[in-house]
Amino acid sequence: MSAAIAVFRRELRIALRRRAEWAQPLVFYGIVALLFPLGIAPESPALKVFAPAIVWVGALLAALLGVERLFRSDLDDGSLEQMLIAEVPLALLIAAKLAAQWLLTAAPLVLVAPLLGYGLGLDTGPVVILFWSLLLGTPTLVFTGGFAAALTVGAPRAGLMLPILVLPLMTPAVIFGGGAVRAAVAGLPPDAPLYFLGALLALSLTLLPMAAAGALRNAMG
Amino acid sequence: MSCLEVQQLVVSRGDRVVLEGLSFSVAMGEVLHILGRNGAGKTTLLEVLCGLRRADSGRIDPQPESRQRHWIGHKNALNPSLSALENLQFWAALNGERLDDPRAALSAVGLQKAQQNRPSAQLSTGQKRRAALARLVAVPRPWWFLDEPLAGLDVQGLALFADLLGRHAAGGGAVLVTSHQPLPGTLPTLRHLDLSPAA
Repeated sequence: MSAAIAVFRRELRIALRRRAEWAQPLVFYGIVALLFPLGIAPESPALKVFAPAIVWVGALLAALLGVERLFRSDLDDGSLEQMLIAEVPLALLIAAKLAAQWLLTAAPLVLVAPLLGYGLGLDTGPVVILFWSLLLGTPTLVFTGGFAAALTVGAPRAGLMLPILVLPLMTPAVIFGGGAVRAAVAGLPPDAPLYFLGALLALSLTLLPMAAAGALRNAMG
Repeated sequence: MSCLEVQQLVVSRGDRVVLEGLSFSVAMGEVLHILGRNGAGKTTLLEVLCGLRRADSGRIDPQPESRQRHWIGHKNALNPSLSALENLQFWAALNGERLDDPRAALSAVGLQKAQQNRPSAQLSTGQKRRAALARLVAVPRPWWFLDEPLAGLDVQGLALFADLLGRHAAGGGAVLVTSHQPLPGTLPTLRHLDLSPAA
């Protein structure tokens, strides 16, 4: 477990020294969410209808930004080799790395989402559901992205392949996340889509680090 | 006494057979200098012995366990944003090792305090190699697998490496090392393994 904590702390330390890289998803997310109202017309009632999709698709695209370099630098500098031959299960180290990635890139999106929700005309009830749906759904986006990054780590033009590979895998989270907020806007219970998000989260946290570990071993060997 | 035996090892990379029916043994206290032209399979052999790559067939008996071996590959395993000291501490934590005095290990390979604290990206090639070699000093392990460890080392670095190697072998440790140049220093237990097809 101490090895996983060491990986987590290392990721945070590296991020502190490359602030611009890690701030990029948040800035991108803010720009997407703020430009949409200007495109539609700020006072339009349609904005409220589109708000869940705007926030969720923005989160998905923002989550994609840092994904490609997740394992690339470790591969380039040789750290990945040391992780592969360490005594600790590689899946645990990957889970720690992805947890740090979530904290750095997705958690800020979850925190600013209520502000963006209010800005897009949502009431407090849907904004609360928006917050919970992103809290449940963004780890799935990050872990799915991590799996795809592991699959493409040694491949040339990974940046091109990655979105094609990852977007279909991320779509269920967007459907259920957006669906929960839409249900709340319509005054319907959002429980079912939130439960589905929870199920996706459980699957992602348990299976994807192992799948990513297999992909990395395959890429190296 | 033979401690590591490799028998009839076959390893492919893609559709090319790199090592075909390779057999040798290494005893504790020996230094095995693995030679061969480019593409002969020197790195591949070390990767297989360390568990980074799978062999198609053959036997490695016994395969040294994680905590019994050091692997220093072509790449130094130094994150460019972290200092040599932070990289060493991370490597130790990753392997569940306690470092009492990591600075002493870095000093032992000739890195001064300022160089220990500098981001690795700002170190020279030789200094990065020394920072990687500090792992050998920081955590004693019986098996060393070193892939081109001399790359980038200056004259003092070569002397330091010779001293490390000599003391490790004299202390009963085993070393498998690839290098295109002769190993520095005098090693009484040095043997050579040539992987070139004609050999």
